[in-house]
Amino acid sequence: MATTERSFVETVWDFFCSLKLTMFLLISLALTSIIGTILPQGQLPPEYVAQISPAKLQIYSKLGFFDMYHSWWFITLLYIFSLNLISCSIKRLPHVFKFVSTPTLVLAESARNSYSLRKEISVSGPIDKCKECLTAFLGAEFSTPIVTEHNGEYHLFAQKSAWSRLGVYVVHLSILVIFVGAIIGSLYGYKGYVSIVEGTSINTVEGRNGGQIPLGFEVLCEKFNVDFYATGAPKEFRSILTVLENGKPVPGLSQVKVIVNHPLTYKGITFYQSSYGQAAEGSEHYITVTPRAGGTPEKLTVSEGTAVTLKDGTVVKLLETTQEVRQFAPGFSGPAARIEVTPKGAAPQIFIVFKDFPEMNAQRGDALIFGYEGTNAKMYTGLQVAKDPGVWIVWLGCTLMVLGLFIAFFMSHKRIWLVISKGHARIYGNASKNQAAFEMQFDAIAEKFQKLKI
Amino acid sequence: MTSSMLFNVTAIAYMISMIVFFAFLASKNKTVGLVGSLTAYAGLAVHTVAIGLRWKESYDMGVGHAPMSNLYESIVFFSWTIVLLFAYIDIKYKYRIIGAFVVPFALLGMTWAQLGMNTGIEPLVPALQSNWLLYHVITCFLGYAAFAVACGISIMYLIKVALEANGSTAQAGGLMSMFPPLKVLDDLNYRAIMIGFPLLTLGIITGAAWANYAWGTYWSWDPKETWSLIVWFVYAAFLHARFTRGWVGKRAAWLSVIGFAATIFCYLGVNLFLSGLHSYGGGAK
Repeated sequence: MATTERSFVETVWDFFCSLKLTMFLLISLALTSIIGTILPQGQLPPEYVAQISPAKLQIYSKLGFFDMYHSWWFITLLYIFSLNLISCSIKRLPHVFKFVSTPTLVLAESARNSYSLRKEISVSGPIDKCKECLTAFLGAEFSTPIVTEHNGEYHLFAQKSAWSRLGVYVVHLSILVIFVGAIIGSLYGYKGYVSIVEGTSINTVEGRNGGQIPLGFEVLCEKFNVDFYATGAPKEFRSILTVLENGKPVPGLSQVKVIVNHPLTYKGITFYQSSYGQAAEGSEHYITVTPRAGGTPEKLTVSEGTAVTLKDGTVVKLLETTQEVRQFAPGFSGPAARIEVTPKGAAPQIFIVFKDFPEMNAQRGDALIFGYEGTNAKMYTGLQVAKDPGVWIVWLGCTLMVLGLFIAFFMSHKRIWLVISKGHARIYGNASKNQAAFEMQFDAIAEKFQKLKI
Repeated sequence: MTSSMLFNVTAIAYMISMIVFFAFLASKNKTVGLVGSLTAYAGLAVHTVAIGLRWKESYDMGVGHAPMSNLYESIVFFSWTIVLLFAYIDIKYKYRIIGAFVVPFALLGMTWAQLGMNTGIEPLVPALQSNWLLYHVITCFLGYAAFAVACGISIMYLIKVALEANGSTAQAGGLMSMFPPLKVLDDLNYRAIMIGFPLLTLGIITGAAWANYAWGTYWSWDPKETWSLIVWFVYAAFLHARFTRGWVGKRAAWLSVIGFAATIFCYLGVNLFLSGLHSYGGGAK
């Protein structure tokens, strides 16, 4: 009974230590990850729901395919992946430590032939003098050796970058560190969104789940602007924000410019420029009507979607407005309105009137010239809000990973033995990686070694 | 003289280089091989000047930025890194014949860029106005280029294995004499991925750092991010395959080819077929 129990534990242990499991996990993670890039994730768009069969929809959502990176099976894969990493390291690290801390100081006769890098010279002086001379030589050319006397022979052992054997474990550890950072972020942080109308302030933001999260301070949007390139492409989205504590501006955080790629952070909460728009509620727009024959212009005050009837019976309806018309009407810029004009007993006409191009407005040949005088509407800025106390742990993990990869791929543990016997001395070399590069270094040392006259 | 003209010259140079390399495969004449390499180097030199010139042109237009801001510029840069890496391997390891399997990737990129894409210089939209753009694009594409080279080498490996398994005719044997030994191909494949994997890792990390700086989320499982991770998984599997019984050799070579296919999908497929944060030139989010 005892034996079968132990063998069961051993079987489980071997399973988690095996490289075959690593291969299986890496390939499974790669393949399953594809699902979430093809199927929509999170809130499903209605068009998608309409085109997929109900049975499929049910199966997919049962399998967690619509939030697959947080589904139980994907998380389980990641947990097994972590266990695999930890088990492999626990199994192999002691060997590596032993290898590094207690190196093979004495090169046994049987082991000597296994090294392809080796050279021999004959020595004539007394063996103790040879030892001193060669110890100094190896120290100068490579690294200070440890000298061991064994069976009348002297064994000189020198090594470089022994710790480079740990590189791969640093990479493994870094993955776990990143996971820890991500878990901390998801437990103690949040992502949210808030829109602030110019001149107003907020003290809560909307979380991913729709709930309101209190900030503990206020953020005031002083102003929002968009700049455009001559081509009409956006150049800069700019919010001017002020952080308020107890209604008073926080020193240094007054009138701060926040643009894309330049967020604002206060008390671990960061605000990122994300979107913008015109606050529709309660805003008024001004349209002017001038008779072509001459006369005083009439100023109409309307809101979007409403209509006004003029004295002559013409109905003017404001369809929509923009503060930058360039993307809709190439060649023009500035504020503009799209209006529908229905003269009494005639068909409605829809056209655009500009604020900055009155001559364009006048070019229409009708009896009435329409113009747009702008709005009292305010802009709002849309900000992504994030708090992530785990992010520094993630960056620590990333740094470790890059460092570990560099050590694992580009550094190697190099070892040289010098065995001095009566009448001759032999040199042997070995590198844990990139033997070809070490061979050149070894050959250079060996060449000098062979020229030694002892 | 404009950068666009120079890019055309570059594409022609790569085409000649490829044809000469094919002639090298057929003729086994060393001089032909040398001409193939020299043509590729000349193309690389013109390519470098052209990228520099395009950079300058953007400043002359008043919208100065590094030429890595849209699909066209990225594919031009990708081709450049592929030939650069080939030059490195050619000079360091002296296996010139690899050019016949690597230069075509660069030619394909340049031809597509010059014939099929809008080559105009555009100003940077707000989302791309960051120094991270440079670090992110350079690390990613150097990594991609290393994977392209590894893929070319793996194809050579698989061809050689297949022909040798066939018991091989005299003609195949003749072609085979040009190929480096299987052990060398396997080693070069590993070396190329050893360069590519840390660079891809850096590319993903700089991307995450940038995303965190611009949007407040270092990882949001956006298709581009996910595919870069898929590529990372595949090459991580490749690196472990070398120590796993049953995975050495042919299977590892296939992993390298699949890895590059995933890389290309990550780079192009995601933009063409899926939607996400990387819609170049699609305005700010």
